[in-house]
Amino acid sequence: MVAVLSLTCLLCSAILGGAYALTKDPIDKAAADKTARSIALVVPEFDSVSEEKVATLDDKEYKYYEAVKDGQPVGYAIVSKAGGFGGDIVLMVGLDSAGVVCNTSVLSHSETPGLGAKCTSDEAFMAQWKGFDPSVKILSVKKDGGDVDAITASTITSRAYAKAVETAVEVFKSINGAAVDASTGASVKPMEETENEQ
Amino acid sequence: MEYFLIIISAIFVNNIVLAQFLGICPFLGVSNKLSTATGMSGAVCFVITLATLVTYLVNKFLLVPLHIEFLQTIAFILVIAALVQMVEIVLKKTSPSLYSALGIFLPLITTNCAVLGVALNVVTKQFTFGGEAHFLNLGESLVYALATSLGYGLAMVIFAGIREHLSLSEVPKAFKGVPIALVTVGILAMAFMGFSGMVK
Amino acid sequence: MSSKARLILDGFVKNNPTFVLLLGMCPTLATTTSAVNGLSMGLATLFVLVLSNMAISAIAPVVPDKVHIPVYIVVIATFVTLLQLLMQAYTPAVYETLGLFIPLIVVNCIVLGRAEAFASRNGVIASAADGIGVGLGFTLALTVLGAVREILGSGSIFGWKFISGDGMLAFVMAPGAFICLGYLMVLFNKYLKKE
Repeated sequence: MVAVLSLTCLLCSAILGGAYALTKDPIDKAAADKTARSIALVVPEFDSVSEEKVATLDDKEYKYYEAVKDGQPVGYAIVSKAGGFGGDIVLMVGLDSAGVVCNTSVLSHSETPGLGAKCTSDEAFMAQWKGFDPSVKILSVKKDGGDVDAITASTITSRAYAKAVETAVEVFKSINGAAVDASTGASVKPMEETENEQ
Repeated sequence: MEYFLIIISAIFVNNIVLAQFLGICPFLGVSNKLSTATGMSGAVCFVITLATLVTYLVNKFLLVPLHIEFLQTIAFILVIAALVQMVEIVLKKTSPSLYSALGIFLPLITTNCAVLGVALNVVTKQFTFGGEAHFLNLGESLVYALATSLGYGLAMVIFAGIREHLSLSEVPKAFKGVPIALVTVGILAMAFMGFSGMVK
Repeated sequence: MSSKARLILDGFVKNNPTFVLLLGMCPTLATTTSAVNGLSMGLATLFVLVLSNMAISAIAPVVPDKVHIPVYIVVIATFVTLLQLLMQAYTPAVYETLGLFIPLIVVNCIVLGRAEAFASRNGVIASAADGIGVGLGFTLALTVLGAVREILGSGSIFGWKFISGDGMLAFVMAPGAFICLGYLMVLFNKYLKKE
């Protein structure tokens, strides 16, 4: 009786161990593909993307990727998040080297279907991020005096989205500040802002 | 304060039956009478909390160190099945009165997806509860499990109360039994939607 | 009609797991926010149901009666984990949408129910046919429920939008799931359940 049960368990674990070994590579590849796809979606045209890097801002760590074309960095894809209605909204935010938002893409969210979840399907809401210049426009929803058009009936989600983009912009400034420090000292403005904040 | 948020969130905002759709089968099956509903809720409460404690420890000290998290589903269901069996035996020996109240529900609990659902949720999902998203620690997990099962009990008892009245009223033939019960749960779920957004 | 085809057909109407046997309510209600989601959940369950039915009918004669439930659960859990790994590898987006309800197929009463009531007493081929029938019945029910909720709640069907603007959002959320299933059951009782 016990023998049959243990034998079954042993056999099943063995099968699963094998299956795990076989599917491990495809699973890792699927995750990497997903990241690569969202990076490609949000940064300007590039030749290659750097390995995952980590930037620290206010004691929090943010993952980011650098897109390179002809040996020059042309943009950054930064992973940032903010608390929405149902939980965290995690975004991949792409900025070009001047700090203008190129595009955004939602990595994960748990917003209400049909309301906040429209942050992944509402075309007007998604389109407004292309070319959003945070040095000219204010990163908060119109209700709060900013320049972001909120999704109808989902102000909390829209606020969180704007907050996450804002965080990404701050992270960009700190990355860029450091990069400029090390090199020629071009594009001084982001560096100054970073220094003021730190 | 965080524990308070967990409790409110688990009982009202993300009620396990009415918002998360877990444990529906026994919810519809044994809610005909208030007394059986209370008995089932008690048994579920006991098992969910205990199972979450054990599966949390199994995950942390066995599965994670060995890097075999992919066996979570199979390990947890075995733990739960064994646990339910043990609870049944212990209860039978030590407290016949409690056994006669909860005993008949225990075999049904192994396949109650609320138990496995809560156990898996605790170790795989990040919760916010007003602050940063994080995995729950042991204390939070236990509070979450207990509060969730209290939410189960609450939904069950409210629904059983309604159903006792429902059985006396005349409904169209095709609606008799489960269909009218489902429509009633729908309206109840709508009432619980009023809590949404209260705790993030 | 051959007996195998009869078995498959029975799963659709006479033994429809959702409308007649009232089994597997949790995934039925939770994953049917759209027709595609319902269909994916149904197919995932079909996969586990057919394989576990076949495996259990093969091993049933040698399993002692006293431990048959734990053994069946282990077998089912194995196929569920296999499904989890495969979905993570090849359909990660679907896996993410269905979330917790994929591992919860283990405790879906349909799977254990068919193992107990059918697979343990019949041959491998017959059990496979039974699994396909019941699985398709479940898939059909989930897809129909998902389609109804999507039409009413989002004004679209299988992702194709036929009205501009929003539908009645309540149908996508929790209350709509219960109410839609209730009314679908009423229709099923009135028009299909003759016997």
